[in-house]
Amino acid sequence: MTMHQQTLLLFLGIGILLSVASLIGWALARRAGDKPSPVVENLNARIKAWWVMVALIGLSFLAGKTGVILLFAFASFAALREFLTITDTRRADHYALAAMFFVALPVQYYLLWIEWYGLYAIFIPVYGFLILPIIAALRGDTTRYMERVAEMQWGMMICIFCLSHVPALLTLTIPGYEGRGLLLVAFLVIVVQSSDVLQYVWGKLYGRHKVAPNLSPSKTWEGLIGGVASAVLLGTSLWWITPFSPLQAAGLSLVITLMGFFGGLVMSAIKRDRGVKDWGRMIEGHGGMLDRLDSVIFAAPIFFHLVRYWWTV
Amino acid sequence: MTVLARVLAPIAAVCVTGFARVVTGVRGNWFGCTPAPVPRVYFANHASHGDFVLIWTVLPAALRQRTRPVAGADYWEADRIRRFLGREVFRAVLIDRNPAARRADPIDAMVSALDAGQSLILFPEGTRNTTDEPLLPFKAGLFHLARKRPEVELVPVYIDNLNRVMPKGEFLPVPLLCTVTFGAPTRLQDGEDKASFLDRTRTTLLDLRRPGGG
Repeated sequence: MTMHQQTLLLFLGIGILLSVASLIGWALARRAGDKPSPVVENLNARIKAWWVMVALIGLSFLAGKTGVILLFAFASFAALREFLTITDTRRADHYALAAMFFVALPVQYYLLWIEWYGLYAIFIPVYGFLILPIIAALRGDTTRYMERVAEMQWGMMICIFCLSHVPALLTLTIPGYEGRGLLLVAFLVIVVQSSDVLQYVWGKLYGRHKVAPNLSPSKTWEGLIGGVASAVLLGTSLWWITPFSPLQAAGLSLVITLMGFFGGLVMSAIKRDRGVKDWGRMIEGHGGMLDRLDSVIFAAPIFFHLVRYWWTV
Repeated sequence: MTVLARVLAPIAAVCVTGFARVVTGVRGNWFGCTPAPVPRVYFANHASHGDFVLIWTVLPAALRQRTRPVAGADYWEADRIRRFLGREVFRAVLIDRNPAARRADPIDAMVSALDAGQSLILFPEGTRNTTDEPLLPFKAGLFHLARKRPEVELVPVYIDNLNRVMPKGEFLPVPLLCTVTFGAPTRLQDGEDKASFLDRTRTTLLDLRRPGGG
């Protein structure tokens, strides 16, 4: 199969899955009559938003590498503004904040676009890490300086650096897999996001024992085990779009679904700390961009480096 | 000028609200009331020149037509562009902030707008708050207005984060998310004196603050 046929098949499969989900959601809403429960309403909002997100990813795939980089640059932008909105920065941080939005973000994605691995892998963790506190210090306000800088560093790493590792997969050269980077992006996103969805479904159906009651009331052991196991099965069954053997696909799926789970946990801890339920309201039914991407953000850099270490020359 | 201004005003309004949406992703939270076409006084915290633009942006278009900010004439009469924006686009109720020099009573101007069925956006702090405090003490204007028109709904509106998007003295906005939260309408109560009214309305507004700006 050519890459185009594989991509087409993949999107066809997702389309069928979403259609089934929409049908189930419609049936649930119908059964409830004029008073559908908030859970059903939220489910249907989520499914609808999935259609939009899949359509956007599909469009970006049509535009190739540039399209995917632009899509994730936009996602980074949306995530960064959600993250920085709940930080406690002061007026003296204005230049530092502006530098993140208008310099760090575009430069990171430009470096990806020109495929300069040597720089995009260290641009934020080295240059950004050192220059940001300098910019903040130059304004001379020392009130809560360390907290302010630490929060901004977090935002930059999470929302720009980590997230940019999804499109960074397109810059990897894997022998025998040339020109198929988009499918690797699809594999990562499908496995991690379906793990989120499956954890939600398993949790709603069988969830009893909470994993981390202090962090997230909705995460249960039943959801975690059922969701991760079924997402690993899904990932294994997608080995044909990857450079991996089925066993390797299973192993990587396990790593990225677990990272995804912990990503959700960490981001929940931040929300709890700040007393907010969702990061934003950008995506109907899901919350903000970060609510949707927290798992991908934690999975992407690890997946990228595992693949880069073992599969590239 | 006037014909041209009439044509340009709606276009400018769309540009201004569109720009506000793009930069701040602003959302309106109607917690205490719903958008209703009755004369109201929306009283809000004031930390940035963009404050009433944000309130204006989250109002439904039909209400936006009939909601006028109360603003200082010294600022909005300063040059041609501001005069155009203030008069034709926002149709601000311009008041003279200098009590010694003014000829007209600012409260009367506000009352006649309310009597004409329009709503007002008022910043009872009187000036932009550039301190670390969330809210300055209220000036008496809100009280005098409430005494003259006690039946008019006073709606507290908390604008969150705009002071971080565009702090005083900066020229580059940082695109953080802003929210505009509308609280429950209140009125001047029987026998309430100025100090306790201003104190109560100020507390109502402060209560709308949400941790982290959620």
